[in-house]
Amino acid sequence: MSGPSDFQPTNPALKWIERRLPIMGLMHSSFVAYPTPRNLNYWWTFGAILSFMLGVQILTGVILAMHYTPHADMAFKSVELIVRDVNYGWLLRNIHASGASMFFFAVYIHMFRGLYYGSYKEPREVLWILGVIIYLLMMATGFMGYVLPWGQMSFWGATVITNLFSAVPYFGESIVTLLWGGYAVGNPTLNRFFSLHYLLPFVIAGVVVLHIWALHVAGQNNPAGVEAKTEKDTVPFTPYATMKDMFGVSCFLLFFAWFIFYMPNYLGDPENYIPANPAVTPAHIVPEWYYLPFYAILRSIPNKLAGVVAMFGAIIILAFLPWLDSAKTRSSKYRPLAKQFFWMFVVVCIGLGYLGAQPPEGIYVIVGRILTFLYFAYFLILLPLLARIEKPRPVPNSIADDVLAKTGGKPAPMVSTVIALMVAGGLFLGGAETARAAEGSTKPPAQKWSFSGPFGKFDRGAMQRGLKVYKEVCASCHGLSFVAFRNLAEAGGPGYSVAQAQAFASEYKVKDGPNDQGEMFERPGRPADYFPSPFPNEQAARAANGGAFPPDLSLITKARSYSRGFPMFLIDFFTQYQEQGPDYVTALLQGYEDKPPAGFNLPEGSYYNTYFPGHAIKMPKPLNDGQVTYDDGSPATVAQYAKDVTHFLMWAAEPHMEARKQLGLQVFVFLILLTVLLYFTKKKVWANAH
Amino acid sequence: MVPLVSQMNPDASTVAAGAPIEVDLTPIAEGQDIKVFWRGKPIYISHRTKKQIEEARAVSVSSLPDPQSDEQRVKPGHDQWLVVVGICTHLGCIPIAHEGQYDGFFCPCHGSVYDTSGRIRQGPAPTNLAVPPYTFVSDTKIQIG
Repeated sequence: MSGPSDFQPTNPALKWIERRLPIMGLMHSSFVAYPTPRNLNYWWTFGAILSFMLGVQILTGVILAMHYTPHADMAFKSVELIVRDVNYGWLLRNIHASGASMFFFAVYIHMFRGLYYGSYKEPREVLWILGVIIYLLMMATGFMGYVLPWGQMSFWGATVITNLFSAVPYFGESIVTLLWGGYAVGNPTLNRFFSLHYLLPFVIAGVVVLHIWALHVAGQNNPAGVEAKTEKDTVPFTPYATMKDMFGVSCFLLFFAWFIFYMPNYLGDPENYIPANPAVTPAHIVPEWYYLPFYAILRSIPNKLAGVVAMFGAIIILAFLPWLDSAKTRSSKYRPLAKQFFWMFVVVCIGLGYLGAQPPEGIYVIVGRILTFLYFAYFLILLPLLARIEKPRPVPNSIADDVLAKTGGKPAPMVSTVIALMVAGGLFLGGAETARAAEGSTKPPAQKWSFSGPFGKFDRGAMQRGLKVYKEVCASCHGLSFVAFRNLAEAGGPGYSVAQAQAFASEYKVKDGPNDQGEMFERPGRPADYFPSPFPNEQAARAANGGAFPPDLSLITKARSYSRGFPMFLIDFFTQYQEQGPDYVTALLQGYEDKPPAGFNLPEGSYYNTYFPGHAIKMPKPLNDGQVTYDDGSPATVAQYAKDVTHFLMWAAEPHMEARKQLGLQVFVFLILLTVLLYFTKKKVWANAH
Repeated sequence: MVPLVSQMNPDASTVAAGAPIEVDLTPIAEGQDIKVFWRGKPIYISHRTKKQIEEARAVSVSSLPDPQSDEQRVKPGHDQWLVVVGICTHLGCIPIAHEGQYDGFFCPCHGSVYDTSGRIRQGPAPTNLAVPPYTFVSDTKIQIG
């Protein structure tokens, strides 16, 4: 894209094509011969990482769409079927779901890099604005994608975000009705979101092409912020930039794979494992972490319309950055004041993100307002002012000079900034975590589970005992509707044989039909049948249980959680602790007290439970010592029952967990080898450039 | 790569739903036939008349496009029962029973004609109608699959 190429293919067939469509010349001049500044650091590899992530998201997204059903009644179930039944469906879904977070993570680094090194300044204004457009499109796509699984957070997130448009004067309500295709978020909303979620990534890809085109016209910016002038300032894209980018992508993949294989639910909300219920709003509506700063801005402004304007303004303002910051010096390296304020701005953004996850009350509101002011002040007051009063340090004459000057002392600050950013980012994620805290409950004690950690495996004995407890106790009120009898014989399951699963199934009566006479009939269960639910519908379940609805237990260990608090959630990322759900379920089953503590007002028909949020639970104490007979000599105690049934339910919630962890190990061994190889290749390639 | 391709195969619930089915033959009178579905495919179960069986056995096997004797296509001792997959071997349409000049099946899409044993006699289809795996559980009940 930088002028006519001198690329001449030698093969006559290729020559023939090239004369008619010079596509190879275009590729050659754009991605092989294209001169890149030789002083680019690793922050510049995030462009390649982002292109890679877009490709990954589109590929996995197209595949998931082959199995997904965009219907309000079936969407949640179809996602569960993808994870449970489709070959490698769990892997594809984990990639796509954590991929969205990784995409945003990379784009934020990419944007902050542009901000720090002044990549938006003349002549790269259009390049920057295209980037802002991509970011806006990404936000829309990410939001609509989050709605598709149709869990509680999906549904209420959709409700809250679409309601933003109701702030528009006069037309607000009609716009919202138009977005919904109904009088509330419902099936038409889900359908159109699916359609648009499929479309927008291709629009993004189109704008990315423009973004790269604009980049190749203006040339890349670089850490020194001076334009490349001579041959000495640049190196050809291939092999130099290609090798460096590949190494960067490979490092990023290691980070990405940690989430895919070991922490797939770390960034997600447990609430989204509960199917959407238009009658109940979750206690805390928290958007995905990547929207939190803007959510905080929205909530800090007490006026509805002004809040929405501020939130969108916070993004749109980026597009005006090239004109707000009129300083001649590009790189903050040579701007002593701008550099400090940049880092403060980063802290402000992370602070806003943290606040976005907190309940909007007390001190959080005041701090939120201060940070919102600081956010806008950075763009509207500080940058224009700095451009006038700051005295920048002299910039190097050329890129080559910059490179030569650097070879002296190895600068260490890069490492420390990475560490600082990781800690700050952790804090930010922790904010999201805290918001999920179930108030008014005691933290359940952490248990030892055989399935925790990177090599965790289920304990077959515990699962078989747990199944017995479920069947004899829980099943009278709670369904297990996503688990089929055939699952009992699958690898990674409770270890029954196919014949045993078949025998187990035949003990159940399953409703089938209609037969030739048009009547429903009962027959013995088959392996393909799912565990029958104890009640025909929610109303019947409520009527039989004093108004409370006993939740389905298929996903209960993933749908329940509790706050780990700072700094535990940070440590959890490295230790892969993710057993909040099982800990909670076990604790709940044992947490009954005969007498509530003095002063606690227990409502009629409720029971006191130490671990239940609010302590008043409708479920009577389900387990008693000796209630279930074990054949293998394990103690018939409540503690043992609770642990066994939780063990079984953890498997029910994620039947392919063992496969996930095993494949994770293989992928990590491969990625580490690849990264090491790429590192040395890159070093070899760059050896003659320094 | 493997996951990307492998995900296109039938998922576990589809595979499980393809388990064998049992069909009760008592309601099918002589000369009648029924259609049942197994793994998404229509299966014709015909209770053939004496005449139809004789017709099927009278023809010389070597003169057929896909030579197979009627005895090879039914279970011994249950000669009156013909069980075939009701999918034309040409391009997958469903042939109509009791049509065509051989009193067997006739495919309306491209005019393939099958006889009372489900063997191809005329038209573009290359092979006989397939016989699905099945066994007689009792004299009046078969298990398909």
